[in-house]
Order: sequence, then structure tokens, then C-alpha cells
Amino acid sequence: MLDDFMTRATLAGVGVAFAAAPLGCFVVWRRMAYFGDATAHAAILGVALSLTFQMSIFTGALAVALIMALTVTLLAGRGYAMDTLLGVLAHSALAFGLVAVSFLSGVRIDLMAYLFGDILAVSRSDLLVIWGGAALVVALITWRWSQLLTATLNEELAYASGFDPKREQLILTLSLAVTVAVAIKVVGVLLIAAMLIIPAAAARNLARSPESMALIAAGIGAFSAVAGLRAAYVFDTPAGPSIVCVAAVLFACFSILGLKSRGRT
Amino acid sequence: MTLITVENLSVRYGAHTVLSRVDMAVEPGEIVTIVGPNGSGKTSLLRAIIGATRPSAGQVSLKPDLKIGYVPQKLHVDPTLPISVERFMRLTDRVSRKQCVAALETAGVPDLLYRQMSQLSGGQFQRVLLARALINRPDILLLDEATQGLDQRGSASFYQQIEAVRRETGCAILMISHELHVVMSSSDRVICLNGHVCCEGSPAVVASAPEYRALFGTGTGGALALYRHEHDHNHDHDHSSKEAAE
Repeated sequence: MLDDFMTRATLAGVGVAFAAAPLGCFVVWRRMAYFGDATAHAAILGVALSLTFQMSIFTGALAVALIMALTVTLLAGRGYAMDTLLGVLAHSALAFGLVAVSFLSGVRIDLMAYLFGDILAVSRSDLLVIWGGAALVVALITWRWSQLLTATLNEELAYASGFDPKREQLILTLSLAVTVAVAIKVVGVLLIAAMLIIPAAAARNLARSPESMALIAAGIGAFSAVAGLRAAYVFDTPAGPSIVCVAAVLFACFSILGLKSRGRT
Repeated sequence: MTLITVENLSVRYGAHTVLSRVDMAVEPGEIVTIVGPNGSGKTSLLRAIIGATRPSAGQVSLKPDLKIGYVPQKLHVDPTLPISVERFMRLTDRVSRKQCVAALETAGVPDLLYRQMSQLSGGQFQRVLLARALINRPDILLLDEATQGLDQRGSASFYQQIEAVRRETGCAILMISHELHVVMSSSDRVICLNGHVCCEGSPAVVASAPEYRALFGTGTGGALALYRHEHDHNHDHDHSSKEAAE
């Protein structure tokens, strides 16, 4: 069954959608959208380093995404506004990454594959990494769900309930780095943030509880992956962007529905 | 047994000292209010008590197994986060629906269980926060400027609710406020803070203390007169209504 590249691609897309859904909800609730972008852009530097030192792309991307996420967490609230800081770090990391890739004269690499993903080239071992990473992220977030929610609502409330909100933030940061690293192959660094935010934002219009929002987001993400790949096959369009397009159309539909039902009540 | 003991507490952010050598304690069942101007370290003191801020000197000791109910200053529920009152109340404690309803009743908002947090008014929201803090039957309630954003009437009725909670549950209450005139009348003890403890005692003693007047009096002339007037007025009013009830 896994011999078919379309099957592997679909499984890869669905795996990323499952990891991105609960994490994306927190990204939306905590207004960290740009944070996801910054981490993802940094990953291209990780790709360059992986190729230089002949590591797996996953390891390099994970390491740099992690360093980036930790740096941002550390620097937050020390002089610069968060969006300024992220703007500086995200685009510098991307620029350094692109420059670093150009030095790799010996290796002929297809940069587009990392910027926009190459989901149709997903191998069995990639699938293992993607589903392993996704399972780790989902397990982490499920385990700390209540604490993460409390810390999202109010830092002092977390302290008074006996746990450290900074540790919860670290768990999100870690999950984000893992998700970015596994999603590179599927949607590419430029569209990872879209997989995080769009399904979660679309789910908001249908959800009445935080848990249902995460589940609905997972459904929307998985559907986008399946339908996007199908559309890419039929219309011969790039796969990663097609997945994001389907998610965006769903977002638009649910938003209009949401507006209408809100207008009625 | 004393619930909270703060000894010789200093808190520093970088080179900036916010609190120096603060001593205070809260006994079971009493209502203690911390008043002080902006930047006087009120919130830092409360943060040190719940463990959110590490003291640079001194220590905070809590009674073993002290159950704290915390009511935050403001809680921002992002409009993208769908969460009902019930889910919110059951977030950190393993409690039954029945306990939620009971806590909401104690807080004066019995009918809000199924409402979305984002749809509550300011007053309802603060009472839900109060109910959440009450749910595990705390020994002490900590309130950080809990009436911010409420109008005068709203905050007066909120403090009446606090007194009712104390009567009903017997828990101690430590709160921060800058609404002196409202808060004074419902406190057993007032601590006036400005980086250090300026003065401390019953509301009447603190209100007439020269340190307190220096802090809230200078340069505010008319405002002080207003405060004092309102305080007297409230006090008389409470007094007469109590007499009427008796």
C-alpha cells in the first residue's frame, strides 16, 4: 500500500495536519502566528547546515528551529516589541539560510523543494519521522492540555495553581520546532505557518470549547491535505500550495457561515 | 495558625528595587487590604506570595497545605478561544458540575454555567473569576485589583460580595486595591505600601496616619477631601443600614 507515492503523500499530509491542529489552536489563542513564521523561516538555515554536514534534513531543521524558538522566548520583553524582534530574526535567518545554501556549490539542491515542500517525494522513512513527530507533539499537548490552557489565559493563575507558565511556554516552543521540522517536506518552510493557523482559525467558527476547536481543526487540516493532493493530481498544480488553498477556501466558507449565524442571534 | 508570613521581603527587578524589607502576615478569617499608589509594589508583593516572583531577600512562608484561591487582576480571553464558564472553572481543579454551580451561587452569579466566557459583562466576568477561586474551598482568597474596569457601583457591590463570601465560608482575604474609599470600610486591617510598609492597622487608624496622608494627600487637596468625605459617608451609610437591619 505504501508503494504508491500518492498514498505516502496523503499519509504525510494528514500526519502534519494532526500535529498542527492542537498546536495551531494555541498559536491562534496566544497570538503567536508570527512566532510560527519565524521558527519556520529559520528552518531553511537548518536545511543548509544539514546539507553541509550531511545530516538528515530533519535533524538540522529541528536544531535550528529549536534554537530560534528558544532565542525568541529568551529575548521577548527585553527592549524590542515582539513583532519587531520576530521580524528581525525570521528574515535574517531566512536570508542567512539562502546565502548559506548558495555556498554549497558541490551539491545541487532544489531550493524550491524546501521552500514549498516536496510532498510527492515522501519516502517510507520520511513517513516514520512525520508520524513519530506528530505523535510526540499530540502526546505532549494532550498531556499538558489544562495547564497550557491556564497559562494561555493568565500567567498568575498558573503560578497560583502551582505550576510554572514558562515551562508550559517551553512545551509549546518545543512542539512548534518539531512540527516545523516534520512539515518541511510536506508544505515547505514558507507555508508551515499556514497549516498551523488556517485550520485552527477556520475551526473557531464551529467550536464551542477549546477541545472541540482542536478536533475540528484536525479534521479541517486532514481534509485539506487529502483534497489538496487530489486537486494537485487532477489539475497538475504544486501539492503543498494546493493543500493550503483548500484550507483557505474552507476558512472563507466557515467564516461566512459564522458571520451569518452570529448575525441571526 | 498564621496563613501567610512575609518576612523581610525585598524584590528587585534589575537595579530597580520594588519592595524592601516588607513584613506582614495574614491570620485565618481576616480581610486584609493592601493600598498604595501605582508602582508601590503591591502586585509584586502578591506575585511573591504566589511564587511568580522570586524574592531577592527575605522569605514568604505559607501554612503547610495552604489552599489559595487566586483572583487575577484581569484575564484576557482571546475572542478566538471558545470556552464556557463551566469548562473554565474545571480547568485546574478536578471538580464536579455541582461544585461549580455552588461556587457560582456563592459568587452571586448562579445562572452563568453554560455561557461563553467571551459573552460575559465585566461584572459577571469578575464574579466568575471569584467563583473559580472559591471552588476548592480555599483557606485564603488573593485578589489583585479585582475590580479594575468596573464602575464605582459595580466595584462596591463586588466588595460586598467579598464580605458575604467571608461570612459564608470563613476564608481569609488578602486584596490589593487603589479604591481606598470603597475598600477601607470592608477591611479588618489595611496595609499601606509604598516600596515598604508605610503604616498598618485598622482602616480608621490608617486613614488618619500621617504617612498615609502624605502618600495620598499631598498635591491632591480636593481629591483627598473627596476620599475622606466618601469614606465617612460610606461608613455612616453602612453603619445605619446595619442598625436598621438589627
